[in-house]
Amino acid sequence: MKALLPFLAVVFLVLLVIAGVKAAGLYFIFGVLVPYAAAAAFLLGFVYRVVKWGKTPVPFHIPTTCGQQKSLSWIKPNGIENPSGTGGVVIRMLLEVLLFRSLFKNRKTKMKGEYLVYGWAPWLWLAGMAFHWSFLLIVIRHLRFFFQSVPAAVQSLEHLDSILNWGVPALYITDVIFLVAVTYLFLRRVTLSQMKAISLPADFFPLFLLLGIGTSGVLMRYQTRVDVVGVKELVMGLVSLHPSVVSGIGTIFYVHLFLISALFAYFPWSKLVHAGGVFLSPTRNLSNNSRVARHVNPWSYPVKVHTYEEYEDDFREKMKMAGVPVERE
Amino acid sequence: MAKEPIKEELLQSISYKAPKTFWMDTPAQIKPGMFCWGAKAKSLNVVGMPNARDWNPLDEDWKLPENWQEILIEGLRERLDKYRSLRLFLDICVRCGACADKCHFYIGTGDPKNMPVVRGELMRSIYRKYFTTPGKVFGKLAGARELDLQVLKEWWTYFFQCTECRRCSVFCPYGIDHAEITIAGRELLNLLGLNIEWIQGPVSNCYMKGNHLGLEPQTIVSNVEFMVDDIETLTGIRINPTFNRKGAEILFVTPSGDLFADPGTYTCMGYLMLFHELGLDYTWSTYASEGGNFGFFTSNEMAKRLNSKIYAEAKRLGVKWILGGECGHMWRLVHQYMDTWNGPAGFLEVPKSPITGTVFDNAKSTKMTHIIEFTADLIKHGKLKLDPSRNDHLKVTFHDSCNTARGMGVFEEPRHVLKNICRNFYEMPRETIKEQTFCCGSGSGLNAGEDMELRLRGGLARANAVKYVHDKHGVNMLANICAIDRASLTTSMNYWVPGVTVAGVHELVANALVMTGEKKRETDLRGEPLPAPEDQTSVSARAVAQPEGEKAGGEANV
Ligand code: HEM
Ligand code: SF4
Ligand code: SF4
Repeated sequence: MKALLPFLAVVFLVLLVIAGVKAAGLYFIFGVLVPYAAAAAFLLGFVYRVVKWGKTPVPFHIPTTCGQQKSLSWIKPNGIENPSGTGGVVIRMLLEVLLFRSLFKNRKTKMKGEYLVYGWAPWLWLAGMAFHWSFLLIVIRHLRFFFQSVPAAVQSLEHLDSILNWGVPALYITDVIFLVAVTYLFLRRVTLSQMKAISLPADFFPLFLLLGIGTSGVLMRYQTRVDVVGVKELVMGLVSLHPSVVSGIGTIFYVHLFLISALFAYFPWSKLVHAGGVFLSPTRNLSNNSRVARHVNPWSYPVKVHTYEEYEDDFREKMKMAGVPVERE
Repeated sequence: MAKEPIKEELLQSISYKAPKTFWMDTPAQIKPGMFCWGAKAKSLNVVGMPNARDWNPLDEDWKLPENWQEILIEGLRERLDKYRSLRLFLDICVRCGACADKCHFYIGTGDPKNMPVVRGELMRSIYRKYFTTPGKVFGKLAGARELDLQVLKEWWTYFFQCTECRRCSVFCPYGIDHAEITIAGRELLNLLGLNIEWIQGPVSNCYMKGNHLGLEPQTIVSNVEFMVDDIETLTGIRINPTFNRKGAEILFVTPSGDLFADPGTYTCMGYLMLFHELGLDYTWSTYASEGGNFGFFTSNEMAKRLNSKIYAEAKRLGVKWILGGECGHMWRLVHQYMDTWNGPAGFLEVPKSPITGTVFDNAKSTKMTHIIEFTADLIKHGKLKLDPSRNDHLKVTFHDSCNTARGMGVFEEPRHVLKNICRNFYEMPRETIKEQTFCCGSGSGLNAGEDMELRLRGGLARANAVKYVHDKHGVNMLANICAIDRASLTTSMNYWVPGVTVAGVHELVANALVMTGEKKRETDLRGEPLPAPEDQTSVSARAVAQPEGEKAGGEANV
């Protein structure tokens, strides 16, 4: 159930765009309006979310320390896992964002005979890295459609990516990695007991979208060829804010474009905003210096306390009997 | 105290295979042995907490205020705007599952709702329903649900089955810390008077009497006198600690548990002996007689109210700096919260060891130093005469407390001390120590008697790692730097790994500490005979710890 509904939702989106383009000829809607709307929803939404988090105070200094603190001069601190300054924080964050360092620490807990054991479990990390990096590289490759003359960097990336030189046109390695990784991310949610227990429809929906995007893209390149010159014309029109309807590109392209639009529009309103949120996480982006420099809580307010004077009033005689000095005899 | 479950049955009841029904469709069960009694009206009223009444978690009717949903939703709204951690962590979890099997309560129960991610979802589902558009529109499809009585009882059950240990946050790709969720969850429950008495009682004690146990000034003095007598019997040396003494250089603050029951009292004797030997100019306080802070397990405001006494007393007594004893959550709060709550402490000076001259720059603003930092520095400078052979009957391992590990990073200081005071030291497996350490199972105010099964289950992961070194190396001593550990690990070891005792590091320091003018020691601090009877002449020939390289910074005060 939890996977079926999102699957049907994506199928519905595909049918919708096919019907819209093929049967009704709504090229302007699916080629121009929808991408613009999606881009707007993405940008505005993303900014809204990040600003909202940014404006919410961090009242306390709560980094999760994962290494030796900086204390005595002769004890070597772990400046990255337990950063004492900004430099360490930057490195810690870079390792998180670029290499998913925390995820790499993942271990699987099992009872083996009498002992609990913590087995090596790199698969989520591997699939996560494979998916995110291939996704990023594919996005960069797509920049060829956004520039009149393709930037050299994009060209070399394309060259590297197809270096295996398999088939015509040459197979992109990232395409394979992307599809395999996303498929694995899907399969673990439907096979591993713990993952089945925690997954929600909202976890499957983006995965199906991604699979749909990847599959339509691969089909376009290797199977149902589309008019690439037309695609470029359409995209250039969109980015130069002089959109025009280009005819004869091929329906599959509109499927691809529509699913991408759906992903981007969905992004800020879903768990996918983790992409922005990770940078603001107070357990990761603060240095462990709270005894060195005072952290200020912007909404701090005075509280009612039980003062020493009140305490002494309660216990003066007992204190005197026990020989504890008092302020007032 | 609840009846202890049978070990084999308990182990067999744990399965990591999730049940077929979705957790949202499985109502929480409030099971004897797995929960703590509700807070009493009396205790709540002392500190003016709202909706005070006597209630019983097992009753159908919790005597909730009419508008309890509204109180919770508005309370959540307020906290979403006050804590970025809460809002962000509710927003960005991708349910990747990396944290799922990292929680000691999940490991010990196999209950899906003890997976950190699901603990988060308990609140996230409500957040979605009342604060996000997709949740409002798509409801259950978007993982949202109504806040009903069943949800409330579920919150209560599971926010009191989390010890705020932060182990989950080590493994999460975004550092999502479910302690933050639990902290907020408990604050919200407290708006409805739904604390547990095991927390609320100590809180009201601490507010009125200065410490969790409610020890009045004369009791504190006499408890310390008892220890002083024991020390005299052991060493022939009479120690004269002072209380509430103005003009002392240092205020010493430690959890009140150390004054009350063994094995904490042995640690406390350790402090007394060490400070005497150093000739330290320090004082105890009967007003600020609690380092720990169960207020933190109630609400942020309550924690601040209790914590205020430490700086207030330091100021009144006119000390120069504060030294803190061995404790876990106390130190997370001193390190990450105290200065923010009740600072700045401009009236104090940067802590400086009068013995070695070391300036503790790492406490430049807060002006409070951990005793393990202080002692490690002493040993490094060779200021203590130590006879580690007096700990030869012990094979020692070290338990990193969650809070000093993941909220500070105190790893090498205690290890340096231990390696200098005992000669048999073994580490537990890497996945169970330092930043990956497991909770004792009873932290964050869950160390009551009636929830014994929960505590033993929660303690399984830690105990199992101790069992490993016990079986492999014959480890029989579990050292730690936390008052709650000393009590709770003792219970856990008796159940899971009989034959292993528990001690604060400073008890072992005092075993090894050769005091000026002491008589020949026959026993260790617990009255256990020493391994090979000592003759004083051989002490200096034995492994008396040498200064390591560095020159001592200041004048020895011994
Ligand atoms: C920067 C640090 C980031 C980390 C640590 C991270 C980590 C993760 C993880 C662990 C998953 C879950 C995979 C699963 O089990 O389903 C995921 C999914 C995803 N992330 Fe990221 N991510 C990061 C940044 C980004 C960025 C920059 C994007 C931008 C496009 C992004 C887009 C996605 C998408 C589309 C999914 C797949 C949807 C899904 O699995 O539900 N992520 N990410
Ligand atoms: S590890 Fe973090 S992102 Fe993954 S399920 Fe747990 S809390 Fe969510
Ligand atoms: S903070 Fe500790 S007890 Fe709480 S969910 Fe995380 S791992 Fe479990």
